[in-house]
Amino acid sequence: MSQNEKTNWPLWEVFIQSKPGLSHKHVGNVHATDAQSAIENARDVYTRRSEGTSIWVIPANAISASSPDDEGEFFEPANDKVYRHPTFYKIPKGVKYL
Amino acid sequence: MEENLLLENFQKKVDAEIKVEPKDWMPEKYRKTLIRQISQHAHSEVVGMLPEANWLTRAPSLRRKMILLAKIQDEAGHGLYLYSSAETLGADRQDLIEELLDGKAKYSSIFNYPTLTWADIGSVGWLVDGAAIMNQVMLTRTSYGPYARAMVRICKEESFHQRQGFEIVATLANGTAEQKEMAQDSLNRWWWPSLMMFGPTDDLSPNSALSMKWKIKRKSNDELRQDFIDRTVQQAEAIGLTVPDKDLKWNEERGHYDFGEINWDEFFEVIKGNGPCNQERLTARQEAYKKGSWVREAAKVHAAKKAVSKAA
Repeated sequence: MSQNEKTNWPLWEVFIQSKPGLSHKHVGNVHATDAQSAIENARDVYTRRSEGTSIWVIPANAISASSPDDEGEFFEPANDKVYRHPTFYKIPKGVKYL
Repeated sequence: MEENLLLENFQKKVDAEIKVEPKDWMPEKYRKTLIRQISQHAHSEVVGMLPEANWLTRAPSLRRKMILLAKIQDEAGHGLYLYSSAETLGADRQDLIEELLDGKAKYSSIFNYPTLTWADIGSVGWLVDGAAIMNQVMLTRTSYGPYARAMVRICKEESFHQRQGFEIVATLANGTAEQKEMAQDSLNRWWWPSLMMFGPTDDLSPNSALSMKWKIKRKSNDELRQDFIDRTVQQAEAIGLTVPDKDLKWNEERGHYDFGEINWDEFFEVIKGNGPCNQERLTARQEAYKKGSWVREAAKVHAAKKAVSKAA
């Protein structure tokens, strides 16, 4: 194998919208030389059974992510605010449509 | 954090059925075991296309040909999902592919058996994919997130493979005497190698205990093998074929079939590279890689050219 083949093609993360009205959802990734071929590869790899109506591809190295190490503290502020959920509130019996 | 504490937390998480994700801390052995297992699985999907390709141009009808093409395309897709998962663990795809091409990597030894007749395409779907499904359904619940997700996709697609295979065998089994004989002969040749797909017996499977502890696997080789036998015997009976095992007998007490001795010498010989088709499979992969090089080069040049014209 020649040395110049050693490098992988860039990695693209693939997001698919399964039907109009829904969000695009991450399904996996593909290697491709450019965005257009990444979209075509993603179609062949992830939508062989009509799973999608739209595809986004994003260079994998363009994604920034939160760190799992401080997952606890990072999401902490949301944990003690149960009053943000409707089930926190008591509603008198017989009251409807609320 | 100290290694011991990390390990303890890791085990707690696995025990609590929380999936392990790529950036999470994991023991090196967990990472290595998964890279090995996932890449072998990926290679198996890729090499698995070869015995099927053997009958593509000779499929008995256009319907069968279209189905077989679609199935082979699925196998290529399965290979890709799996290479993707291996990459999330820090493996390099090109390295993995080179290991396969250099003959260093293992793949499922079942694909080193030849597809001699059209009935074998049926047996590959019914028995080989059927055995693979037992393992893959278990792996949809494996502890490593990306691997589990790839398995969910694969299992959805795989059930068509098994059904189309069974349909081929059932059609032959209900055909002329000659066709039925072809189906029976195929079952005779594929039955035992299919049982070997689950790997050595539990007492001879040294890595199993740790894989179970880390919930990479959830059922032992012997459990999966028994499940497969229990399901498949009835399917063979339904189409009037005989499973080639004189010791096969329903055991009321165990609630399972008892079955005969597996020829493990054969299994280890095939793994060592002495199966009927090991060399042929490897050569076919190397040839395919070589023949595809112009496509890879053209794609690179095309992308570079477009990038330049965009910048201009």
